[in-house]
Amino acid sequence: MSLAEAASDADLLDEPAPAIELIDVRAGYGRVEVLHGISLAVERGTVFALLGPNGAGKTTLLNTACGFVRPTTGCVHVGGFHVNDVAPEVLAKAGVASITEGRGVFPNLTVSDNLRVFTHAGNESYAGVQERAFDRFPRLGERRNQLAGTLSGGERQMLAMCRAFATEPAVLLIDEISMGLAPMIVHGLYEVVGQLAAEGLTILVVEQFAPVALSVADKAAVMRLGNIVAMGKPDDVADSLSEAYLGAAS
Amino acid sequence: MAYLPVGIVYGCLYALTAIGLVVTYNTSGIFNFAHGAEGMFMAFLYWQLAVGWGVPWPIAMLIVLLVIGPLLGAGIEKVLMRHLYSAPLAVTLVVTLGLLLFLLYLADAIWTPTITRQPPDIVPGNFHLFGVSVTWYDVLVLAVSIAVALLLTAFFRRTRAGITMRAVVDDRELAARAGASPTRTSQLSWMLGAFLAGLAGIMIVGGRLQQLDQLNLTILVIYGYAAAVVGRLRNFRLTVAGAMLIGLLQAYAVGYLPVNLLTNLGPVIPIAVLFLALLVIPHGRLATARFGAKTRRLTSLRTSLGTAVAFVVGAWLVAGFLTAGDLTYFGRGIALGIVLLSLVLLTGYGGQVSACQMTFAGLGAFFMGKLFGGDSVGGLIAAFIIPAAAGAVLALIVLRLRGIYLALATLAFAYMMDNLFFNKELGVGGILQVGRFAVHSEQAFVVEIAVVFGACAVAVLALKRGEFGRRLAAVNDSEVACAALGMNITGTKVVAFTLAAGIAGLGGALYGGWQHVVSPNDFGFLLSLTALLIIAIGGLDTVAGAFLAALFLALTPVIQQHIGDSLGIPNLVGLLVGLGAVSLGRSPGGIAGSLSDAAEWLRARRAAGPALDERRREEVSVRVAS
Repeated sequence: MSLAEAASDADLLDEPAPAIELIDVRAGYGRVEVLHGISLAVERGTVFALLGPNGAGKTTLLNTACGFVRPTTGCVHVGGFHVNDVAPEVLAKAGVASITEGRGVFPNLTVSDNLRVFTHAGNESYAGVQERAFDRFPRLGERRNQLAGTLSGGERQMLAMCRAFATEPAVLLIDEISMGLAPMIVHGLYEVVGQLAAEGLTILVVEQFAPVALSVADKAAVMRLGNIVAMGKPDDVADSLSEAYLGAAS
Repeated sequence: MAYLPVGIVYGCLYALTAIGLVVTYNTSGIFNFAHGAEGMFMAFLYWQLAVGWGVPWPIAMLIVLLVIGPLLGAGIEKVLMRHLYSAPLAVTLVVTLGLLLFLLYLADAIWTPTITRQPPDIVPGNFHLFGVSVTWYDVLVLAVSIAVALLLTAFFRRTRAGITMRAVVDDRELAARAGASPTRTSQLSWMLGAFLAGLAGIMIVGGRLQQLDQLNLTILVIYGYAAAVVGRLRNFRLTVAGAMLIGLLQAYAVGYLPVNLLTNLGPVIPIAVLFLALLVIPHGRLATARFGAKTRRLTSLRTSLGTAVAFVVGAWLVAGFLTAGDLTYFGRGIALGIVLLSLVLLTGYGGQVSACQMTFAGLGAFFMGKLFGGDSVGGLIAAFIIPAAAGAVLALIVLRLRGIYLALATLAFAYMMDNLFFNKELGVGGILQVGRFAVHSEQAFVVEIAVVFGACAVAVLALKRGEFGRRLAAVNDSEVACAALGMNITGTKVVAFTLAAGIAGLGGALYGGWQHVVSPNDFGFLLSLTALLIIAIGGLDTVAGAFLAALFLALTPVIQQHIGDSLGIPNLVGLLVGLGAVSLGRSPGGIAGSLSDAAEWLRARRAAGPALDERRREEVSVRVAS
C-alpha cells in the first residue's frame, strides 16, 4: 500500500510501530551537515520533548520528520512507513501536523479562511473544524472575520494550534511555540498541549524553554551540535541540560 | 451620452484583463507582464479555428478557452514560473517580459501582420436605447464581465480551492504543512489566469477592435495594468472601478477633444491613469522586492583600463576589416551598448528596474541633433546633461516606488514620452538629422563610439569599486537597513538614476550620429523593454554583460538575414531575445554571470586542488598504515 492510499484510509498509524522513528539520520543544507546520525523514537500516545541550545539542530530534526528536509542517509519512519521521499503536503494529509515558530498562520487570510485551509489535512469537515476551534478558543470565534495578520501574537499562536486538534492529526510536531510570547500565554498554550496529550495525541515538542516542556513530557532528549547527548525520563534529562547549554567538558 | 455605452464596454474589456492579471498576481505572487500577450495569442488561435479552418465559433471558443488556455497556463507554470516563486523580482520581471516578446513575435511569425483578419460576428445587430445605438455584442461583453467578476469573487471568498490559492501566495511552506499542495494550486491558478487572458483577448477582438493586430492587442492589455494598479493588484471592486474610469475617460476624450490633441493624447490616457495611480495610491505589501545579486569579484582600475584600451584597438582593427554594410551593424551595436551600460549601473548594481532607458537615449539623440549645430561637443554635453536632468526629475517623482511598481511607472513614463514628446516634436514616423562630433569617416567614428563605451565602462566599474558603489549595493540589499544606519537613500537613488540617464543619453547621441537620422520608432517603449531583456540575458550586473549584449545587438541583422529570412521568420531576433530572457528563470546571472561563476569555480578548484589531493593521499596512507 502506498502512503497516499494509506493517507486516504487514514489508518496509517494503526500499526503498532512508533509514531515517529528516526534511524541514524544525517541531514543538512547544501554541503553543511546539521544532523550527524540521529536515532530516536516517539511512541504513540506520548509526549516527547526535544531540548537544546541554539544551533543544536532541533528545528532541522523536526523538519526532517515532516518532509521539509531530506535526510542524506538514514531512515525516517512515520507509523512504520518509510517516508524519506514523501512530499511534505502528503505527510501532512496523512496526519503529521507541524507547527513552526513565527509562521503558523496565513496573515492575509481571515481567521475563518485559515481554518478552511487547515481542512486540507485530515478528514474533518469545515464546520467541524470551526466548531472545535471556537469551542477551545472563544476569542478566535469573536474574530473570525479579522485578518490573521492583525491578531495579537498569542491569538495567532492559538489559531496555529487549531491545526493541531481541529484536524485530528496522528502526530503533532511543535517548534518553539514559546518564542516571543509572554510567560502567561506560554503556560496557557502548554495547558492545551497537556490536554491534547491527555486525549492520547502523540506530540514531539521542540523547546529552548525547558521547564514548561519537561512538565508535559513523558520522555525527553537533549541535543547539542547535531547529536543527541542525553535521552530518558524528563527528570534524568534535566540534569544534563546545563551541561548541554553551557558546554561543559565531557 | 452617446459615448456612455462605448466607455462602459471599453471599461468592461479593461476590467476583464485587469481581473485576470490580479488573479495571477494574487495566486502566484508573480506580476505577469505576458498576460496580454497570452490573450493576444489565444485570440489569434480562436481566429485561426473559427475563420481560418471554419470550425463553428462556439466550438472554437470552447476549444480555445477550456482546452488551449488552461494547457497554455499549465505549461507556462511548469516550464517557467515554477522556478520563480522564490526568485528575485527582477528575474520574474524579465522572464515574464521575455514571454511577452516571445509570444508577440511568435504570433508575428505565424500570422503575417499585413493581412487583415476579422473575428466572426457572433451576436450581430444592434438596438437603440434612449436614442443611443448599442450593439448586442456590447451587451454580451457587459454580461460576461459581470458574470466573471461575481463568479471570481465567490470563488476566492467561498470555495476551499479559492482560499487555498490565496493561502499559497501568503506562505507556500505553511500551505504545505497544512496539507495543501502548493505546486498543484499554483498550476491551477496559472490555468485560471490563462483562461481569463484568453477570454479578454477574444472579447476584445470580437467587439470594438473588430480586427486582429498583434501589437495593438498586447498594448490594449497594458491598459488593463492601470486598472489593476488602481485596485492595488488585490481588490476586484476597485479594479473594476478603475477599468470603468479609464474606459469612460477614453470614450469621452474621443468625443470631446479636438482632433489634433487627440492623436497625441488619446492613447496616453490609460497610461497616464496608470502613472498617477502608481504615485497616489498607497500600495499593499509586495510579494517580494529583493534583487538577489550575487557577490562578484571587483575589477581593478588597471584591468578595466587595459581591457578598455584593448577594446578600442580591437574595434579599430575590426572596423578596418568589415564591409560597409557589416560596419553599420557593428557601430550600432556598440552605440546601443552604451545605453545598456546605463542599465548595468542602475538595475544591475542598484536593483532599480528601469523600463525607459531608450527614452533617455532618444532624448540624447534629440538634443544632440537640435542644439549647437548638431555636431558639436556642446551637443554631446547637452546629450548627457539634459537626459540626466530628466532622469533626476523622474527619480524624484517615482522615488517611493519599488519593484514591480517602479518598473510599471518607468514603462508608463516611456510610453507617455513616446506619444507626448517624440511623436509630437518629430511627428509620427518623422525624422531628425543628428550629426557626428569631430570625426566623419565611418572607421574613425566607430573608434569614437568605442572610446566612449570604454570610458563609460571604466567609469561604471570605478563607481562600483568606490563608496557610491557600496551605497548602491547597500540600498539594493535592504533599504530598511540603510535607513537604520542613517544613510541617504533618496540621494543615492537619484544619483544612480541621473548618471544612468546621462550615460543612456550619450549612447543615444552617438547612435543618432551613427545612423545620421533618428525617428521616434528608434526609441519606442518596446525597445526599452527589449534593452532591459538583452542586458539581462548578457548579464545584468556585469559590464562584460553589456559588452556581450552589444555584440549580440551588432549581430542581430546578420542573424536575421542569414537564419531568420531563410526560415521565413520575420522577427527571429525578437523571438530569440524573448526565449533567452525566458531561460533566465534557470540561470539569473545571464551569460556573463554564468561565465564568471564558471571562472570562479575553476579558480576555487585550482586553489583547492593540490591541497585536496594532498589530504586525500594522507588519508589513504593513514588507512593503509592502520
